Amino acid sequence: MKTNDVILQTTTKIIFFIIFLFSIHIFFAGHYTPGGGFVGGLLTASGIVLLLLAFDLKTVTTALPINYTVMTAIGLLLALSTAAGAIFFNVPFFTHAFDYFHLPLLGKQSLHTAMLFDTGVYLVVVGVTMTIIQSIGADD
Amino acid sequence: MINLLLFPILLPFFFAMILMLFPKKILAQRTVASTALVLTFGVTLVLLYKVKTNGIQAITLGSWPAPFGISMVSDMLSVLLVLSSTLIALLVVWYSFSSIGKDRESFFYYPGILFMLTGVNGAFTTGDIFNMFVFFEVLLMSSYLLIVLGGEKGQLRESIKYILVNVISSALFVVTVAYLYSVIGTLNMADISVKIAQIDQPGIITVIAVLFLLVFGLKGAIFPLYFWLPSSYAAPPIPVLALFGALLTKVGVYAIMRTYTLFFTLDQGFTHEMLMILSILTIIAGCIGALAYFDVKKIIIYNIIIAVGVILFGASQMNEAALMGSVFYLIHDILIKGALFLLIGVIIAITGTSDLRKMGGLIKTYPMLGWTYLIAAFGLAGIPPLSGFIGKLLIVQGGFEAGNLWGSILILLSSLAVLLSVIRIFIYAFWGETVEIKPLTRQHYRGLFMPAVILVAISVLYGVGSEWLVPYMSDAASVLLEPALYIKAVLGGA
Repeated sequence: MKTNDVILQTTTKIIFFIIFLFSIHIFFAGHYTPGGGFVGGLLTASGIVLLLLAFDLKTVTTALPINYTVMTAIGLLLALSTAAGAIFFNVPFFTHAFDYFHLPLLGKQSLHTAMLFDTGVYLVVVGVTMTIIQSIGADD
Repeated sequence: MINLLLFPILLPFFFAMILMLFPKKILAQRTVASTALVLTFGVTLVLLYKVKTNGIQAITLGSWPAPFGISMVSDMLSVLLVLSSTLIALLVVWYSFSSIGKDRESFFYYPGILFMLTGVNGAFTTGDIFNMFVFFEVLLMSSYLLIVLGGEKGQLRESIKYILVNVISSALFVVTVAYLYSVIGTLNMADISVKIAQIDQPGIITVIAVLFLLVFGLKGAIFPLYFWLPSSYAAPPIPVLALFGALLTKVGVYAIMRTYTLFFTLDQGFTHEMLMILSILTIIAGCIGALAYFDVKKIIIYNIIIAVGVILFGASQMNEAALMGSVFYLIHDILIKGALFLLIGVIIAITGTSDLRKMGGLIKTYPMLGWTYLIAAFGLAGIPPLSGFIGKLLIVQGGFEAGNLWGSILILLSSLAVLLSVIRIFIYAFWGETVEIKPLTRQHYRGLFMPAVILVAISVLYGVGSEWLVPYMSDAASVLLEPALYIKAVLGGA
């Protein structure tokens, strides 16, 4: 008997975007309020897990054709190169820099290199979580 | 270049990430991994020169002032350890080309080795106790991958034990650091040393010292915490075993030496005496194990435990001769254990078994292998011109100077047991009647034998040129003996 999960799938299609936006918000707010790369990454991964629950593995990998191992490696590289940037200015490793910029639409904002490091953390968390879930899920 | 001391950590880390991008291209994996290790080795040589000429190198990450940021410190002891572990990793990778097999190579084997080297080098270089925990986890997690990779039945069984023991000891490490932090209120190792000296090591600090001994003793396999080691190390393939045997226990030994010479120096009557008794028991337990087995892997594995005991006995004496001997013996043991594991790997590959009673007569077909093994065996036992001699001589001298007569005599006697255990391998495998073997192809044999010979040659040079190495070793020992040098390098002036 084939179960009809139209309600689950329809709500998932809406809720996924809400979760994803919330995770991005949490990620960007990390410098001044609770949040940051780790929670943001976990929230994004949980959004994808919701997709996996409502649909099957094949549909989700067609919709999001991402190699999560490569994503992890890129995240690590981003984090390391942000920290290693300090080496070229001959200051101790991990020295961050920030400044104020006038951005179109957003106005005066401070941009900090810690953000790039956090992006690396975000990619690693999403990559590792999804690698674990996909490899266990695809295992027969 | 104020960041130079970080390069031995960053280079393997960076190349391991690169290797994660193309796991299936074996040739590229091999090339990149060996390039990374050669580069790391070169950089470490430059660092060694810099530490020798300019003294201890220290940096606090993120340009924060010293006790508040994470300090990384490269003194002579740590740079020598980083150099020898990089060398071992390089030769093990070379050995792996012809022994580990395509399946493992295409499933993150080389990234695993590089990540492990990141952790090992980091643990040797860090100047922050919690950062040391993090680097321990980096090297342990990579070792979990390497011990289970391949998924044979024995590996699965032993990796469960290995992970269980290490998870427990890591949890204990966190608890111990929490105790220390609640008493002292700092994590920077130089600052901890200053603060402990200020409060004159009350009872609670001695308790924490014993807890640290428990934690690092579990990692470094001292008596009675070595129970997990013999069976766990026998499970993975030979190159992984060589890497583990040469490096992992030494990180625990280094951590004990560091904490017991930098932090807990004011109640030596209790802490160091306890360390000495435990190290003597470790030697006895190792000797019993090394003589009991007919399995070549087990014999060498129990020799790791003996060496851990000998090094820690030297560290517990707290005088110049014994500490210098410990440093000499520590580096010697990294080199010679790597060499011995690679050599018995060749023997196992030729005979197809690790049981001594099923071997024999190899000297007729493989004379070079036989004589190289004999040199390595004599080196391990400490026969004069070879590498194990000077370290053990200084340790015994230090033991006599400190008035520990029986401990020193026991160390001398343990050399006999060591010699007997490794010569038994030589007698059983190389002498006697020839048993039927499946000869290796020339190329395969050379791929296995060359790294082992190079390592034995380096250990012979290490022994012959020990006079030339003395200034380096006495630099390393002087930092252990005078924590003030270390504290001054990290915290500046004062």
